Amino acid sequence: MTSGIQALANTVGQKIRENSRPVRHDRPIGPARWPVIILFLPPALMLFTLFVIMPIGEAAWYSMYNWTGYGRPENFVGTRNFEVLFRNNAFRLALWNTGLIMLVSIVIQVPLALWLAMLLARKMPGVVGFRLIFFLPYVLADVAAGLIWRFVYDGDYGLFAALFGFFGLDSPHVLADRNVAIYAVLAVVVWKYFGFHMMLFIAGLQAIDRNLLEAADIDGASGWQKFRYVTLPLLGSTVRLSIFFAIIGSLQLFDVVMPLTGGGPSNSTETIVTFLYSYGVMRMQIGFGSAAGVVLFVICVVLAFTYKRVLMRND
Amino acid sequence: MTDATATVPVGTRNTRSPGTRFVHMLYIYAALFIVASIVLIPLVTTGLGGFKTLGDLRTNPFGLPIDWQWQNYEEILFSERYWRMLWNSLVIGFWTTFLTLAVAAMAAFTLAHVRFFGSGYLLNYFLLGLMFPVATAILPLFIRVRDLGLLDSYWGVVLPQVAFGLGMSILLMRNFFRNVPHELFDAAFVDGCGYMRFFWSVTLPLSRPIIATVGIVAFVQSWNNYIIPLIMLTSESNYPWPLGIMSYRGEYGTDWQMILAFITLTILPTVIVFFAAQKHIIAGLTAGAVKG
Repeated sequence: MTSGIQALANTVGQKIRENSRPVRHDRPIGPARWPVIILFLPPALMLFTLFVIMPIGEAAWYSMYNWTGYGRPENFVGTRNFEVLFRNNAFRLALWNTGLIMLVSIVIQVPLALWLAMLLARKMPGVVGFRLIFFLPYVLADVAAGLIWRFVYDGDYGLFAALFGFFGLDSPHVLADRNVAIYAVLAVVVWKYFGFHMMLFIAGLQAIDRNLLEAADIDGASGWQKFRYVTLPLLGSTVRLSIFFAIIGSLQLFDVVMPLTGGGPSNSTETIVTFLYSYGVMRMQIGFGSAAGVVLFVICVVLAFTYKRVLMRND
Repeated sequence: MTDATATVPVGTRNTRSPGTRFVHMLYIYAALFIVASIVLIPLVTTGLGGFKTLGDLRTNPFGLPIDWQWQNYEEILFSERYWRMLWNSLVIGFWTTFLTLAVAAMAAFTLAHVRFFGSGYLLNYFLLGLMFPVATAILPLFIRVRDLGLLDSYWGVVLPQVAFGLGMSILLMRNFFRNVPHELFDAAFVDGCGYMRFFWSVTLPLSRPIIATVGIVAFVQSWNNYIIPLIMLTSESNYPWPLGIMSYRGEYGTDWQMILAFITLTILPTVIVFFAAQKHIIAGLTAGAVKG
């Protein structure tokens, strides 16, 4: 019975639609919607609420307690966790380092990726091979990349040792030197992620209409002028996207740092997340660690919104 | 292009003499080779280092091994530990991928095709997940998993991984599902086909590309994930490989030849799969990013 009525309803619906505006998903009459809504939505909704949204809310709640995770959080301390957090030198260092990672990602990594993409977006023998090689570090797990570079930097056995030994010098223990370690980490970050940004740029470059460049050629534009006035403006949305990923990636940097330095020596390579791990998770300071999580959350939200507002208005 | 420049001989590229052109190509290839060697030398050294003795490694980290030490690799390949952690990674990756695909496809289908009050809000709700890293909520997540009794089990890793991947997966799938021609709907519905049958027999078969993309992203992310298993797992027999490799390094300290062999063997599956399916993997990983 229902199918007959539905068929009729559908034809009527179609008639109505044909006469009204042709909105694609406007389907007021059709098969029963409730079964699909009741069966298809709850799994995603429950998982997402239970493991993403609620924990984020709970982080804000726990951050106001002094709690080691046993029993219920009862020792309410208000904003003290945050006060302690911002007075903590390791955390300030973590904020500073995270900012530095962000800066290097944007100022060095993104231009490097763009430059290589420009070289590799043309048709030349070997380009596909180079693209694959440059993308390879991105596919490897961060932990493996970190360990490999831990060996490279090793002052006794690694490549650095050999390089310095070749010139008859004693190799520095880069990762054990609190003044240098963070730069060593930064180099690994660039090594690991530039290929990803390069692929974004190659995709962006390939979408540019070649006729525009030829027109510029005819007008006698130099290579730099073509880049500056044709390619770069047309690549705008890709550049903004790439910077966006650089920012998000810098904020959550953790996996690479752990095998390299674990945040040491004396906290000099701490990032927000390694700080959260060593001070919150390792010491089971749920309240204090959650406060660090809340700070990270606020930074993410503020950056995401400003960035969307200021730069990605047109995308 | 040739026609145009023949009449207007000012174009820079085409007025270059063969000499400058050669220099230009030389510059490009030199730059590419330098960057490629910076990328590859650490990787190749790692692979070769596993074949050396510690002394050999110390005096000659760059060159070929003087004496190929196959037993380093053999020892690892015949150990239960290596296969165990690859197996753990595989099981966790499989369930993460399977659940992500199933749960996200159903939600994306409903959000793409079924009109109901609040569907727009619901989509935005899921998109919230794109904005912040797992780390913001890792401690409450730990408490939640502990209270559910899932600590130190595969599910304690799989469920959070699926949940955090849902935002991106739903977005990608919904955008794809919306492009299914609506004539198909009308035809199917006139024939008395309900939403669920349409989902199963029309949408899914038509959506293989997006299913492959989302599946690859989910699997790669799970395979490489470190922080969630680090928090949730305690016994070494459950460790996936990123954790296993770290504890191996902790045990072997400065026996770099063994550690390098171990790293090589653990990244080998990734490298092989990457070169075998590079097109899909690159498309998947960058498309996942671009459309976010």
